[in-house]
Amino acid sequence: MDTNTCYHCGDDCGKSPISYQKKYFCCNGCKTVFEIFNENDLTCYYDLQNAPGAIPKEVEGKYDFFSQENIVEKLTEFRSDTIEIATLYIPHIHCSSCIWILENLNKLNPSITDSQVNFGKKTVRVTYKNEETDLKSVVLLLSTIGYEPYISLDDFSTKKNHINRSLIYKLGVAGFGFGNIMFLSFPEYFEVNEFWLEQYKHLFRWLMFALSLPVVFYSSQDYFISAYKGLKSKLLNIDVPIALGISVLFIRSTVDIALDLGSGFFDSLAGLVFFLLVGKFFQQKTYDFLSFERDYKSYFPIAITKIKNGEETSVQVYDIEKGDRLLIRNEELIPVDGILINGRAKIDYSFVSGESQPVTKHSGDKLFAGGKQTSGVIEIEALKSVEQSYLTQLWSNDVFNKNKEESFKNITNSISKHFTIVILSIAFIATVFWLFYDATKAMNVFTAVLIIACPCAIALSAPFTFGNLLRIFGNLKFYIKNASVIEQLAQIDTIIFDKTGTITSNKSSTAEYEGELLSDSETSILKSSLRGSNHPLSRTLYDILKANDIVSLDTFEEHVGKGIEAKYKSKELKIGSAQFVGNTNTDTILNTTVHISSNNTYKGKFIFYNSYREGVSKLFNQLKKQFDLAILSGDNEGERENLKKLLPSKTKLIFNQKPEDKLEYIKYHQSEGAKVLMIGDGLNDAGALAQSDVGIVISEDVNVFSPACDAILDASKFKNLYNYIKASKSAISIIKWSFLLSFFYNVIGLYFAVTGQLAPVIAAILMPLSSISIVVFTTIATNLLGRRLK
Amino acid sequence: MSVIYILLAVSIIVAIVFFAVFVFAVKSGQYDDSYTPSVRMLFEDELVKAKKEK
Repeated sequence: MDTNTCYHCGDDCGKSPISYQKKYFCCNGCKTVFEIFNENDLTCYYDLQNAPGAIPKEVEGKYDFFSQENIVEKLTEFRSDTIEIATLYIPHIHCSSCIWILENLNKLNPSITDSQVNFGKKTVRVTYKNEETDLKSVVLLLSTIGYEPYISLDDFSTKKNHINRSLIYKLGVAGFGFGNIMFLSFPEYFEVNEFWLEQYKHLFRWLMFALSLPVVFYSSQDYFISAYKGLKSKLLNIDVPIALGISVLFIRSTVDIALDLGSGFFDSLAGLVFFLLVGKFFQQKTYDFLSFERDYKSYFPIAITKIKNGEETSVQVYDIEKGDRLLIRNEELIPVDGILINGRAKIDYSFVSGESQPVTKHSGDKLFAGGKQTSGVIEIEALKSVEQSYLTQLWSNDVFNKNKEESFKNITNSISKHFTIVILSIAFIATVFWLFYDATKAMNVFTAVLIIACPCAIALSAPFTFGNLLRIFGNLKFYIKNASVIEQLAQIDTIIFDKTGTITSNKSSTAEYEGELLSDSETSILKSSLRGSNHPLSRTLYDILKANDIVSLDTFEEHVGKGIEAKYKSKELKIGSAQFVGNTNTDTILNTTVHISSNNTYKGKFIFYNSYREGVSKLFNQLKKQFDLAILSGDNEGERENLKKLLPSKTKLIFNQKPEDKLEYIKYHQSEGAKVLMIGDGLNDAGALAQSDVGIVISEDVNVFSPACDAILDASKFKNLYNYIKASKSAISIIKWSFLLSFFYNVIGLYFAVTGQLAPVIAAILMPLSSISIVVFTTIATNLLGRRLK
Repeated sequence: MSVIYILLAVSIIVAIVFFAVFVFAVKSGQYDDSYTPSVRMLFEDELVKAKKEK
């Protein structure tokens, strides 16, 4: 047993771990959770996985909104007089221990009759007796054991969206038809002229016809719909020749068996539809636990405390009106623009801007929606309603309603235009030839060309290549929304980065000391006093400074919003803002600084710099050869010099950009023909991410919320970005090669078709063969590509 | 030879039964979460063990 890591959460216990039952814990919270599990015989939790837990957070008062009927109504999916069922999203679900403990909730609260985890979606579906308990106590129970559910405004506004399972049904129907038709068509392929076969073949044929009906009219309906839509907008997409092929196959086969001309191509027909749907299914890789469609609603709380005549009531966020007094507790998000009335406001705007350093505000200051209060309770007066707030207004921009996929012409469709024209020409020329040569065969040849040329293999190339690459990227922590994003990524020529939170790391920053050197005793006092302070800058500075003797200070006083005053023996140290320490030198430095004075003489200052992510410089140098690079930052120019040193000289650096400015910048470059990749992280990039051709969000923790985007990249893999873009480009060449391969099959098939020799058995061999070899080729090629990425 | 009618009928009925089972399985949500059940089935024993230790 490791003594330095917490038995519950695995964090470093520091110097004074809490010991309980010979186990060590980093904090009381963790110990309490262990005690709860211990009392209820649930310590198995720790056997399944080492240190699986999370530190329970302070939730006092946070869930008061459950007293409101309409909110509970929205959050539960079923309510009767005796039981209620609610599905809660819990971001912490990550291992088998989590599943185990959450499915044994009834050991902790007997009123919970059933709880079922969906690991992929990170949700737990709880059924409980509402006479004995309520949703609030269930949520509080989950919070006390470290599994705090995430409840946001999104849960309130969207009704439970129905899971679309139609593709699975269609695939099932096609597979069912394909298998049975195969068996029924086999006897005739052996062409044994036995008596019984002659007698029963008509029955067999009509059975095949019957089985093909659901395949044609149900399973393949998407292709007909898409082809119709394509033709209506004068676009020859890949579904046009597919739909043509399916209908010709079906009509010709029906005519064949009706007039007793042959056995028809029902097996090829069902096989074709089945393979096409398998391709579609394969491409439909989704990351259930990620959402690419988030807007501000997933960030905002569902309810907030309102103060009216000195009484605190919980109100739904949409009901906030201008002039309402609101109470924002520690760690709560400000849902509307407002004015600070009283309290120490330290607002963390990292959701909005990616800036990690909280901003101090004084009463009378304006606060923007989206900020998170980080110290104590504040009171604000709402200036606007939720929909009219600055941040939420951004979502009324048209870009959020634009569907990127529709305006994009993918590689398969661009080739299908030529393909369709060529095939139709071949069909007509061959028919005309046979009309003069042997008119009885003309119709046969015409349909045969359309049947054999049905671009099954072409239609499968892209889904299997992209589908497989999507999985490979997923394993490498690059989560892509859908296959067409890979294609667009391959065409990018301009890359725009956000600065804060994207190329800089949220977790650490570096500081440099400027001024008179501090003596040893001064450094130890500095270190000791920083230790006692909770100000984020103090914490950062404390972590940066090397370990030193910690002394117990004689006096220690923290002046809110100003600094710290500490005394040890004869030395008095002041740490804080320039004004506080008495620095009269007013040179304007844009970076964050902490000043120090000893015995009222000014010593110097620590200047904080952003710390850039590992490999930023290397990545930019890799990218500069092929792409135009730019950095759009919402911050001031404080980091300009630093960035200039770090990045290749042709990188454009633009500062003081508002969210709309970023959006306009991208729009402007797109109008000049650039294909723009936007890489950002905060809500302030949301507009730019939506406007760009591909928007990638960098996330330290993919379970935490990220704005709407096309792809999410784990921050630790940021340095590999260039390789990912390169892999997308290689995927396009894989697809081109498999197009070549399928053309080869088409030429063979066309030979049989044009010469009038296409027997059903040839089609039955050629079509699955071409499809399967394409699948094998693309899968092997993308796996090789993936191996190079690792 | 007319036994073939019975054979065909039986085989198609069997196929349809399997198809119906498939549709039922999809409808009941079996295909919505393909990971959790694989973990869940391993749990039962451990709970018993925990009780014995007591």
